[in-house]
Amino acid sequence: MDPVIFLIQCLNAVQYGLLLFLVASGLTLIFGIMGIINLAHGSFYMVGAYMAFALQPLIAQHLGAGFIATLLACVALATLMGYFLEWAFYSFLYRRDHLQQVLMTYGLILVFEELRTLVIDNDVHGVPVPDWLQGSIPLGGVMTYPAYRLFISAVCLLVAGLMYWVLTRTRLGMMIRAGSSNREMIDSLGIDINRLFRIVFAIGVALAALAGAVAAPVSSVYPGMGNAVLIICFVVVVIGGIGSIRGAFVAAMLVGFVDTFGQVFFPAAAGVMVYLLMAAVLLFRPEGLFRQG
Amino acid sequence: MHMKLRTLLPLAALTGAAALLPLALSDYYTGLSIKIMIYALFALSLQLLVGGAGLASLGHAAFFGIAAYFVALLAPESGAGNMFWLLPGAMLGAMLYAAVTGALALRTRGIYFIMVTLAFAQMAYYVFHDTSVGGGTDGIYLYFRPELRLGELVLLNIDSPYGFYLFTLACLLLTWAFLAMLMRSRYGAALTGIRVNEQRMRAAGFSTYGYKLVAYIVAGGLAGIAGFLYAAKDGFVNPELLAWEQSGLVLLMVILGGTGRLWGAIVGAIALTLLQELFQSQALLGDFATHWHLPFGLAIIALVALLPRGLAGLPELRRPRPNKGKTTPAAPVL
Amino acid sequence: MKKITTCGTLAALLALGAGTASAGVKVGFMLPYSGTYAKLGEAIENGFRLYVEEQGGKLAGQDLEYFKVDDESNPAKAPENANRLIKRDQVDILIGTVHSGVAMALAKAAKGSDTTLIIPNAGADAITGPLCSKNIFRSSFSNWQPGYAMGPVAAEKGYKTAITITWNYAAGKESTDGFKESFEKAGGKVVENLTLPFPKVEFQPLLTEIASIKPDVVYTFFAGGGAVKFVQDYAASGLDKTIPLLGSGFLTDGTLEAQGDAAKGILTTLHYADGLDTPRDNAFRASYEKQYPGMAPDVYAVQGYDAAQMLEAGLKAVNGDVSRKDELRTAIRSATIDSPRGKFTLSKAGNPVQDIYLRQVQGGHNQDIGVAVQALADPARGCKL
Repeated sequence: MDPVIFLIQCLNAVQYGLLLFLVASGLTLIFGIMGIINLAHGSFYMVGAYMAFALQPLIAQHLGAGFIATLLACVALATLMGYFLEWAFYSFLYRRDHLQQVLMTYGLILVFEELRTLVIDNDVHGVPVPDWLQGSIPLGGVMTYPAYRLFISAVCLLVAGLMYWVLTRTRLGMMIRAGSSNREMIDSLGIDINRLFRIVFAIGVALAALAGAVAAPVSSVYPGMGNAVLIICFVVVVIGGIGSIRGAFVAAMLVGFVDTFGQVFFPAAAGVMVYLLMAAVLLFRPEGLFRQG
Repeated sequence: MHMKLRTLLPLAALTGAAALLPLALSDYYTGLSIKIMIYALFALSLQLLVGGAGLASLGHAAFFGIAAYFVALLAPESGAGNMFWLLPGAMLGAMLYAAVTGALALRTRGIYFIMVTLAFAQMAYYVFHDTSVGGGTDGIYLYFRPELRLGELVLLNIDSPYGFYLFTLACLLLTWAFLAMLMRSRYGAALTGIRVNEQRMRAAGFSTYGYKLVAYIVAGGLAGIAGFLYAAKDGFVNPELLAWEQSGLVLLMVILGGTGRLWGAIVGAIALTLLQELFQSQALLGDFATHWHLPFGLAIIALVALLPRGLAGLPELRRPRPNKGKTTPAAPVL
Repeated sequence: MKKITTCGTLAALLALGAGTASAGVKVGFMLPYSGTYAKLGEAIENGFRLYVEEQGGKLAGQDLEYFKVDDESNPAKAPENANRLIKRDQVDILIGTVHSGVAMALAKAAKGSDTTLIIPNAGADAITGPLCSKNIFRSSFSNWQPGYAMGPVAAEKGYKTAITITWNYAAGKESTDGFKESFEKAGGKVVENLTLPFPKVEFQPLLTEIASIKPDVVYTFFAGGGAVKFVQDYAASGLDKTIPLLGSGFLTDGTLEAQGDAAKGILTTLHYADGLDTPRDNAFRASYEKQYPGMAPDVYAVQGYDAAQMLEAGLKAVNGDVSRKDELRTAIRSATIDSPRGKFTLSKAGNPVQDIYLRQVQGGHNQDIGVAVQALADPARGCKL
């Protein structure tokens, strides 16, 4: 393989991995802190994408603002939605065992899909790439790399950095990390565990929705997008270790590389590669690569 | 084998009623009943893992699908295949995959186990979906329903809808009886012990890994029977049979029906299939029937929320047990 | 006991919903009414009903009773969905479906119950190939046809090497195989067949591969969301400036709005196009737009419309008596359909023998710029009829 082509493929892998990390981090946070298996996480990704599709023309028309404003609006709405969902539905799941959570959130997927059909529709839609990101960057005279994909990677890195800062340098982060290690302890220390869970859940939803919204211009907006990303996310979370953000990052990168290079070198087995990776990791480290934290 | 007359009589009556049911139903509803029984068998096989061994598998559809593909691929195109080797062959194929994947998956626990089983099912799914082994995404046909032959003599022909119905019913009842006996045996008792407290069983000297692996393989084989029947029913097999949605659906049936009793799986299969039919029925919901996923999803949530012990736990809610303090769930021996 | 009563009540309720018998012809639609293909299912049914409306609400003097089942484009549920129409609603004619996997199950069920089936989209070659049958027809195309038609076009333009890229499933493979067959017959060479698992849409690694191999032209088959994304990604990677993109018509059908500028100038082949400007097509389009305001007539509507025409041809020959199945089917098979796409006949295997148009994306339309191959018949390899 040509070294330039190899580097470009690495770039593809990293970009894919970063986007996966954004979605998976929300999932691992929810699972790690709250102990809830949430199958509907893919639906939040889809909701984010459809929100971007629906809001973008409105924001451009009424506020005259651009894409960044749309992204922020999606995040804000998703956070509110997450806050409400936790209060209305997910708070009842804590006492249930994992299987019941799986099934109730499975039912939630169906509800979300149908609500989306009723509120918007079943079509495939595109979200236009903002003008200031339209260009492509030439790479070694072979091909050009779309600037927007670099933007996606930048957003993901920014959010990753933000998460790191919040988790290690703020009180909220401290409470989150403590809650993931020992829930009862922080409850007995007087921290309002319900509020904390609600915030964490809202953050998780916002992360997934942001991923969907920022990826919408390149991945297009279509009904099956939630389910497609859900399985891969679970694989990433499990490989990385449930509850570990660091693990989710490393695992997402691994998956990105395996998937990208798998497609090039083993096209027939491309679909299986990621699962082989997961099986291999779990056989040597049955609890994932990193522990909680 | 101590079966009280009190349990035996209603069971016999039920069996008799079930055997006579197609006489009162149209062809379509007979077909629907067969489908329900196939899924009930499928759910029963999973019940051995979930209710019996305490292992939640999200990849059980793999064994169902592998068996179905085995039949469709190896049955001759020009005439009816021979069930004598096609059925055990299908089961063996499924059990082989269960043995290999179970040996590896059982090294993990809890949520990781769930995910590994999902991964192995996805791998099987992709083999049939992406390669030309099974005809790819469009699926393949099983041209003739297999019959039971010994040499030239045809012992059993299940071509007629009623014949196939009775055959499926027989398979279901035999599987149920087999599992009931299994759970009452010493093996079953050990399995229950492992489900309740594995560490204690290990301390007592049991090789828990071996017991769980046996359960996993047997469950795979039984799911293989269901897969065989599915292929024989409509003669169409496609990769979606191994998809995680199928695994999720059968798991839902087991949970909905209740893991405390073996027949919970059967009830769950009946309830869920009828629920789906209900919500898709245009007569009741008119045009809204195309959006049936919405009431169905809500129904799933409501049922799981309101019936933590599943439908099989309903009688318990009405007659509170005398020793309510006991938290250890008994083995599902029926 | 409780189990039986509950089951009994539910079963009774369902029996009530089975639909009452009445005179006329029972037509069953098995189409996707939900999911990604819902729009296509809607267009097909609209086209069908439009033709019936134009005939005054009846076909060959017969009242039609419609039954609908949503197949959700899910092959796993296809046999039971097909049975709903065949056994529960007992339809005389089946119209369906979009997804090839579902169509395979539908074809098997139709064969088993000897029901006449007209397929208004699913292009799986096998259905009019090894699995052909006297009672199965198509008003659409076989996957091979548009692909085969593009080969001579590519060769004529002087391209010597090509890469094909598509999803790893039957529709994609059949389309690219068709292209490869005619392109190599005309002296070209397909140097690489790139595939990715269906329905993944991460094209970047394969686009990079194309960039490194540098063929003269790329032929592709994608549809729906994948088509939107691929065209956008192709343009964003700058490849469209050096390596032209050719495709089966579904690459740009129904997706132009979402694709925007990225699709400008792309050449595709399909059995229908915009701007055909024939009296028949103009009348159809005007009629469709009037009946369904806000919906643009597309190839799916035409396929549904022609399915109704095919059914009428059969019904006319038997004077509406659907029990004369053989005569009905022979009549359909020997009919000439006056379709908005141009007149077409059916091959022995039941597939349309039709002109395949060459189209170019101009001004948000797939503008017809000529006929790629005239009266192209699918070879129906493996069909024993």
